[in-house]
Amino acid sequence: MTQTDPRFHVPAPHVRPGDTPDFSHIKVPPAGEAKRPEPSVEAHETRDLATSLVRVLDHNHQAVGEWDPKLDADVLREGLKHMVLTRVYDDRMLKLQRQGKMSFYMKSTGEEAVAVAAAMALDKGDMVFPSYRQQGILFARGRDIVDMMCHCISNSRDNLKGRQLPVHYTWAEGNFFSISGNLTTQFPQAVGYAMACQYKGESQIAASWIGEGSTAEGDFHGALVLASTYKAPVILNVVNNQWAISTFQGIAGGQAETFALKGQGYGLATLRIDGNDFLAVYAATQWAAERARAGLGATVIESYTYRADAHSTSDDPSGYRPKGEEAKWPLGDPIERLKQHLIGQGEWDEERHAALEKELDELVIKSYKEAESFGTLHDGPLSPVESIFEDVYAEPDWRLRRQRQDLGV
Amino acid sequence: MAKMNMIQSLNSALDNAMEKDPNVISFGEDAGYFGGVFRVTAGLQEKYGLDRSFDAPINEAAITAMAIGMAAKGLKPVAEIQFADYIFPAIDQIVSELSRIRYRTAGQFTTPVVVRTPCGGGIRGGQTHSMSPEAFFTQVPGIQVIMPSNPYDAKGLLIAAIESPDPVVFFEPKRLYNGPFDGDPSKALETWAKHEKGEVPEGHYSLPIGKAEVVREGNDVTIIAYGTLVHVALAAAEREGIDAEIIDLKTLVPYDIETIAASVNKTGRCVVSQEAPRTSGFAAELAAQIQEECFYALEAPIARVTGWDTPYPHAHEWAYFPGPQRFINAIREVLEA
Repeated sequence: MTQTDPRFHVPAPHVRPGDTPDFSHIKVPPAGEAKRPEPSVEAHETRDLATSLVRVLDHNHQAVGEWDPKLDADVLREGLKHMVLTRVYDDRMLKLQRQGKMSFYMKSTGEEAVAVAAAMALDKGDMVFPSYRQQGILFARGRDIVDMMCHCISNSRDNLKGRQLPVHYTWAEGNFFSISGNLTTQFPQAVGYAMACQYKGESQIAASWIGEGSTAEGDFHGALVLASTYKAPVILNVVNNQWAISTFQGIAGGQAETFALKGQGYGLATLRIDGNDFLAVYAATQWAAERARAGLGATVIESYTYRADAHSTSDDPSGYRPKGEEAKWPLGDPIERLKQHLIGQGEWDEERHAALEKELDELVIKSYKEAESFGTLHDGPLSPVESIFEDVYAEPDWRLRRQRQDLGV
Repeated sequence: MAKMNMIQSLNSALDNAMEKDPNVISFGEDAGYFGGVFRVTAGLQEKYGLDRSFDAPINEAAITAMAIGMAAKGLKPVAEIQFADYIFPAIDQIVSELSRIRYRTAGQFTTPVVVRTPCGGGIRGGQTHSMSPEAFFTQVPGIQVIMPSNPYDAKGLLIAAIESPDPVVFFEPKRLYNGPFDGDPSKALETWAKHEKGEVPEGHYSLPIGKAEVVREGNDVTIIAYGTLVHVALAAAEREGIDAEIIDLKTLVPYDIETIAASVNKTGRCVVSQEAPRTSGFAAELAAQIQEECFYALEAPIARVTGWDTPYPHAHEWAYFPGPQRFINAIREVLEA
């Protein structure tokens, strides 16, 4: 490749396929180093927290420092269970997709803590506006696995009547807003929802998640402007998993020091956290939720993590990054870290962990059998064909009534 | 009843709706304290407070997204986009989000937002303050599209839009805000004071979405218009003494095919019109549908009166604007065919 003018700049990752995985450029500050201000702190006083990294679990898997949320072992075991279930579910669904059971799938491997710990730190009544890699929230909120699968295989029991791609869940009962395929659109919507909670005098708040690549969208700017202007009770999560499909984080990040720091420009509180540290995610979400509920405004949280698998079933990461990179990620694996923490506390052991994995895998297999009994995308039964004309409007107008007749249903 | 211009009647609609339902709120650029650049939201903040009528940052996508989020929580937001020409930054939120929330959630969430926006030319607005982009939105399943042509309809339809369970994009032809306009810019400004549709009830009422009105009965040709062109079509028919039946469409989605078909089946000839550029405009949809519906009644090809396929010019605004002469030419064409 030739470059004509060295001033023309396109960022590139440190390593590419064929290179040795190398994360030596990533600074990992020691756990426990970051100070924890009161949630009532002025937004600009959280500036340092936008460039450091809130970490609770140290390299010995001990919880250290001011951000330790000091959770009961029962809560930690519950978190571990949700994360293991998320991973087992993802792995099984990928296999099923490869067998042609569904059109598409997206795993959240390596990012389980980002979704599960946040969901557990929020109230179940808080409205979430997720992106497509937060299925952990559904497990943490107790959604029926068979229902999730029925959606993914678009069968007769899909609660979305086969209208959405797999993993684009909606679950109103669980305060889980609809996932859009258009990136970042939900970010400013979450702010509007949060404003309406305040308008109605309710203590409910909203939280939303986007990837670091999506911060380049105009809706990111719009959301932060709105959140700042109206001091909305919302948590704006940027999941920096390093990769937007094949595009490394530098294409969205440019010369910016961190993604969290962008929030400072809008006068918002900012936290940059170890996204593979269940305790850090929990503590940061709890902090931001307390701040939001007290009417002190929004927090931008950058969860620093790594997308340990492909973007979706439609790409192969070996085409854009070195193989085996996930094993070298300096912040480790979120499940392994929480597991080792619990073992270190004498609250867990390898046998129980293996039993849990087996139990959840069996649950997922059994659930899939049940889900399949309601049909599959290929073999049906699906939701009735005429349902494509439903829910466009509250009532179909003459055009839709005629078109339904034209289709002969 | 009171005499109202269209600004006052729209304001009255918002006032009635906000009084009736505490979930109705209004916001937009300059739409709070100041009451909007066209004054449609004037006095609402004073009367209903900061939390029900407020200023929004200059970000149409964010304004629309905020409204979607609020509607998902049960509010009835009425968002003002200052000029229809400025609606394009919001297009993703309207097309990919607002219109499809009910569908993609299978009814678990609904977001019945009203997006109000002044449209159309004839006010020396140049190419960024004159557009009629309604056809873009008629291509989007899940939203209703309305454009009234007078104060009485504007109020009744805005209240209907606010009370609709579906999202609505509500176009306000700004040339008609202060008076009817027959397409002749050399005449002194008319006001709504002497017009029968300038008589507007002060209380709450609504008009049915999807219902057109025959505003002039006739037998020789049907002219279909909406917004400003309703008045231009009326003037053209009057001037030439043509026995034309004129339909004010009012709602573009869903449009009133029954009223249209009944008229065209009677007259056998039809002119469709729009202020927007010609190609792929809403008039093309009407022509296609009428051709399907009334083919055996048609005695001549359907003619279109439209803007040109150019941006809306500033200095040559009246060369662009489809005025009475263009209507007369088209009417003659279909009558003589």
